[in-house]
Amino acid sequence: MSINWFKYSSPQTFFPLAGKLALGFGVLAFLACGVGLYLGFFVAPTDAQQGESYRIIFIHVPAAWMSMFLYVVMAFWAGLGLAFNTRLSGMMASAIAPTGALFTFISLWTGSFWGKPTWGTWWVWDARLTSELILLFLYFGFMALQAAIDDPRRADKAGAVLALVGVVNVPIIYFSVKWWNTLHQGASVSLSKAPSMAAVMLAGMLVMAFGFWFYSIAAVLLRARCIMLERERSSEWAGQYARGAA
Amino acid sequence: MSWGSWENFLAMGGYALYVWGSYAVTLALVIAELALLALRKRNAVERIR
Repeated sequence: MSINWFKYSSPQTFFPLAGKLALGFGVLAFLACGVGLYLGFFVAPTDAQQGESYRIIFIHVPAAWMSMFLYVVMAFWAGLGLAFNTRLSGMMASAIAPTGALFTFISLWTGSFWGKPTWGTWWVWDARLTSELILLFLYFGFMALQAAIDDPRRADKAGAVLALVGVVNVPIIYFSVKWWNTLHQGASVSLSKAPSMAAVMLAGMLVMAFGFWFYSIAAVLLRARCIMLERERSSEWAGQYARGAA
Repeated sequence: MSWGSWENFLAMGGYALYVWGSYAVTLALVIAELALLALRKRNAVERIR
């Protein structure tokens, strides 16, 4: 079976596909989060050192991973749009930013609610926390910059430059716990060594990570559909869709 | 993992504020994002029509 992927590079053909994919990934996200929360609250045991407070990990770590991953994907689409001037790339980058900001905020918020019982403080200016806060400001900066420019194609270009410059922050966040002495602990999971946590805790966290990943795909596709309708509102396909959706 | 009772589950071993404070805000934000997306879609369709 051969699929002509370029067929889906125009909003007109991508719009209905994005709707179907969003529904599918939404269902997958719901199922994965259900299984992940079951593992996290009813299978995983109490932590010997932290008691029940560690259960924040099932949203904190997946949200933090998504916040960095989404930024890289956003920068990728933005860069693609800048290089090839494709219409859909800029729309995808714009569609990712709010969901990326959401997960960045969730990772900071849950981190704060985990830091208070374990470190005794809601916030500390440590390298990991500070660089993650900068990530939130990068997302906000990207959205504010795009919102400030009326012409969407110019907004895409300006946003793309900001997104690409800001991508330098992602490895800084990731390696901050290695490069500096931080209050934040090191990586719980890495490719080079065995995970430093119980198998069932790890399983719950990974299933939640998949759930957040699927949710992000669904939310980004739904937002991309809105952006397509907004930017192509005078086109024939958008008119047809709007009349049909009545 | 057996909690014994709902009271024990909700108490989270004394960490209820921190655990439920994290989960409640996450859930609220996700619901808010989906609601805003539905609203944005409806506005976009209405502007075309």
